[in-house]
Amino acid sequence: MAKQEKNTLSRRDFVTGAAVTLASASAGAAALSPLMDAEEIPTAEEFLQKHYRELTPADKKEIFQRIEEEIEKQYGVKATVDDPPPLDGVEFAYVLNIGRCIGCRRCVYACMEENNLSRDPQIQYIRVLKLKKGSIDLDTAIHDYPANEAADPDYFYMPVQCQHCRNAPCVKVCPVKATWMEKDGIVVVDYNWCIGCRYCEAACPYHARRFNWTRPGLSREDLNPDMAYLSNRPRMLGVMEKCTFCLQRTRKGRYPACLEVCPTGARKFGNLRDPDSEVRRILENERVFVLKQSLGTLPKFYYVFAK
Amino acid sequence: MIDFFLHGFISTFRGSRPYWLWITFLLAVALVGLNGWAVQLAHGLGTTGMSDEVSWGMYIANFVFLVGMAAAAVMMVIPAYIFKDREMHKIVILSELFAIAAMVMCILFVVIDLGRPDRIWHMVPGIGFFHFPGSMLTWDVLVLNGYLLLNLYVCFYVLYTTFQGKHPREKLYLPVVFIAIAWAFSIHTTTAFLFQGLGGRPFWNSGLIAPRFLASAFAAGPAFMILVFLFLKRTGSLDFDNRVIDRIRVIVTISLLINIFFAGSELFAEFYSDSKHVIHFSHLFGLHGKSLLAPWIWSALALNVSAAILLLSPLRRSQGVLIACCLMIIVGIWIEKGLGFVIPAFIPSTLGDFVQYVPTLNELRICIGVWAFGLLLYSLMLKGALPIINQKPK
Repeated sequence: MAKQEKNTLSRRDFVTGAAVTLASASAGAAALSPLMDAEEIPTAEEFLQKHYRELTPADKKEIFQRIEEEIEKQYGVKATVDDPPPLDGVEFAYVLNIGRCIGCRRCVYACMEENNLSRDPQIQYIRVLKLKKGSIDLDTAIHDYPANEAADPDYFYMPVQCQHCRNAPCVKVCPVKATWMEKDGIVVVDYNWCIGCRYCEAACPYHARRFNWTRPGLSREDLNPDMAYLSNRPRMLGVMEKCTFCLQRTRKGRYPACLEVCPTGARKFGNLRDPDSEVRRILENERVFVLKQSLGTLPKFYYVFAK
Repeated sequence: MIDFFLHGFISTFRGSRPYWLWITFLLAVALVGLNGWAVQLAHGLGTTGMSDEVSWGMYIANFVFLVGMAAAAVMMVIPAYIFKDREMHKIVILSELFAIAAMVMCILFVVIDLGRPDRIWHMVPGIGFFHFPGSMLTWDVLVLNGYLLLNLYVCFYVLYTTFQGKHPREKLYLPVVFIAIAWAFSIHTTTAFLFQGLGGRPFWNSGLIAPRFLASAFAAGPAFMILVFLFLKRTGSLDFDNRVIDRIRVIVTISLLINIFFAGSELFAEFYSDSKHVIHFSHLFGLHGKSLLAPWIWSALALNVSAAILLLSPLRRSQGVLIACCLMIIVGIWIEKGLGFVIPAFIPSTLGDFVQYVPTLNELRICIGVWAFGLLLYSLMLKGALPIINQKPK
């Protein structure tokens, strides 16, 4: 049967077919040529690297050293990549006093500097919403007010960042478990494991996650050399990132950068499991609320109306 | 076995001038798309129009539409195998082949949407972390690949036995066909669950999404197959009783009506309750601020409703009208499920920011390239399969 068919294949058809195949193969190679200018090509070690939670202490040492070397090569800066573990008996929570926030956005920029966020294009973890007094209707929020329109007495200001939900939709939807909640309640991303599907970004009700659409643009002067693997080390192209409650600081007993810079004291941070902590005192005595409570995400980021 | 593939291979090389023009055209467009993807790989997804506000765009929109097209192939299978419609039997394999091509396009659309396609192995159980059953995306990976395998098996088995001049043995493929029927529902349902399970996106968070997906798919998929069958008949590549077309037309009409009903039900609930969540719908329809999507969704509505009216009128018996209706349905549903479903959920953003999405030229190049590649695959498979389907049983 097949033989018979073969005989009827004309010479012309065969030549045409062969020519098309040959031409398409070379055209295919030409089509792929833009790959020659690829901005980031993963090294073999990077490509084969395992998930953070499968790394042995020896693996980690090697990887952190590799990252430090890469940073030195790229930025000419000696950085340390650390991996502070979650502390026992600690669950972090944040309280933000809307009564005091003046919308100056100092937190936004302090976060950027602390966490080595891309400056070009600019990535910001904190979004400050400017809302008309009388309602908290997000759909009427002003997102891009100029700096001189902060502290307007007719408005109030509500900064929003990762809410570190106890029932986090982003963690639930990630197909490769590249994002998870640590023992101290901080939701982190393994930048080396994320596949960049952005399902978490679609699932997040708080617009807290940021994607590296381009190669992060960060200059040598802007680099903060005190880094942690799960937070502020430089990110790569095509992966997700987000607020980590500055775990490189907070796990070592310091406050997050956004809190430290706040000129009005609107931001409070501490250990929820410590009955004497400031956050516990506020939660027990003040009128607090969480954003979008009806979604059942159970944020550990509280808002409070207080003087 | 080698003979079989050789036969198919040779068949694809035997064609008229229009056939070669068509193949060359598709190949060229697919290569232009590949070139676009290479640019995107080199410089990142910043080469698309997507942003942190509208973080899924044309890629996922086309993916959703094509999952439906693949699932809809089953609509031809049901009458053929369950009701033992002899005439349907002959052509059902052609829609199963289309399911394969559509599935390949789906997988491509997901892969090009990834920021790090080099890390796709992170999903492979054993060496990576496969977040099953927690993440709906892992369910989707399973059902889509499963569906592809099932259809590959059925097509291969039926074509191969026919090629050998034997009758396919029912025991060896009918059970798989029935599994594939159930599976077809599952691929589109799971894809809907991917969206409707997200509480933070009220536009998607509706129990009606899965039924709507199925209804719209069962209108657009068979509409596409009608066009294919009529084309093959007109070019003399395939002969079948015209009642087959009538039967598929009925499927298309009923599905389209159900789809319009579902959409209407959803619009009523949103607009009448007039809750805050309606803002995604009112923005989509251009009733709340400037909307780039409004002209699209209104055209989709017009196309779908006019097609339904035409299909209910006596004009439906005219082949010209039927072809026009099929084209209207395919375009209408493509808009409804893509631009009208994926993108409006992101506008406004979850914090109320109205950011518009305009795909870039490179992004569109890639989309068109994937379509061209899928159609190329389908054309070649048809070319290889048709001589076998047409051969006289020994």
